[in-house]
Amino acid sequence: MKDLYRGTLVRLSAADPGELGKNYIIWNRDTELMRLFGTGPARMSSKRASVEYYEKELKDQPPSHFYFSIRALDDDRLLGETDLDVVNWASRDAFVGIGIGSREDWGKGYGTDAMHLVLRFAFTELNLRRLTLNVFEYNPRAIRSYEKCGFQIEGRKRSALLKDGKRWDIIYMGILFEDWMEQK
Amino acid sequence: MFGIQTQLFEEKDIRFGPIDHETHPEIESKWTHDAEFMRLMEIKPVRPLSAAMVKKQYEAVEKEMEEEKNLFYFTIRAREDDRLIGKALIEYVDWTNGNGFIRLGIGEPESRGKGCGSQAMNMLLRYAFGELNLFRVTAVVPAYNECAIRLVQKFNFVEEVRRRKALHRDGEFWDILGFGLLNAEWQESGSGAG
Repeated sequence: MKDLYRGTLVRLSAADPGELGKNYIIWNRDTELMRLFGTGPARMSSKRASVEYYEKELKDQPPSHFYFSIRALDDDRLLGETDLDVVNWASRDAFVGIGIGSREDWGKGYGTDAMHLVLRFAFTELNLRRLTLNVFEYNPRAIRSYEKCGFQIEGRKRSALLKDGKRWDIIYMGILFEDWMEQK
Repeated sequence: MFGIQTQLFEEKDIRFGPIDHETHPEIESKWTHDAEFMRLMEIKPVRPLSAAMVKKQYEAVEKEMEEEKNLFYFTIRAREDDRLIGKALIEYVDWTNGNGFIRLGIGEPESRGKGCGSQAMNMLLRYAFGELNLFRVTAVVPAYNECAIRLVQKFNFVEEVRRRKALHRDGEFWDILGFGLLNAEWQESGSGAG
């Protein structure tokens, strides 16, 4: 049995609302990151509001929601967060989200390594059948990372985003258990 | 084409109305006992609901409409006697980007196959594009729901997303499809069947 939470560059740890909240207000200043994270408008959040948000998100974590912090193996610093939302247990189908907070840590393989861990957890511990994620057309770095992990593009919601006066697609990517086994 | 005078909530055989908390729970409870209908409407596992449970859902719907302001829920009524025959909604409205998800169903079996779904779609799209000014709408449909696929195709929706084998039912794995329609496409086609 492998250590499910340990990759080659990162490890997954319990998500701590205090720690995540404190870091989120720093990450939150980077509007480029905010525009990669979500479809909603970038907004400022106080430390208190941010900690409360995570507390609410993590309190009584429903059995269908799995939240992790991503930490660097070398110095154990917090790099980002990832979550799995099982939308349908009967069909064993989940949505996954992932983000590396500080731009100094982008493009170093941390996200890809963390996603490998999330996939292993999803397919070998939760016994899911497939995972889906959304990524925005203006985030080619993430798309490349997901493709490296075995995700395939399953379609695009045309012109679903409006940022800086331009329309962008939301890209849907998916990976099936059998896709994942094949690339092992 | 529609004009500002054209009624938003009146069609040939049907109309949109609000929820009636007195009489509707009983009727919708009956629909939830129709597993075939429910499996066309819902992707999550279905189960029958009592009238009291439906009543609670209605209250949650109205609370969400009031507080979140990103849900628009209509009951579909037969014009002749105002009886409840289905429901139609626009949900998860994303105002910054102008997106929404649409969903509709005719719960009364004897009202199916008579064009009520098309009329409801007509009103729903006109509301989404002509009243809410959305830029686009999405419809999520399991691949086995041929009726719904024919309906959205009739209104020029484009198949955009195919989540492979995302639904497991009766031992088979079905794709879940996402269909999209842009406001501009709707206008080009003469605003649907109007």
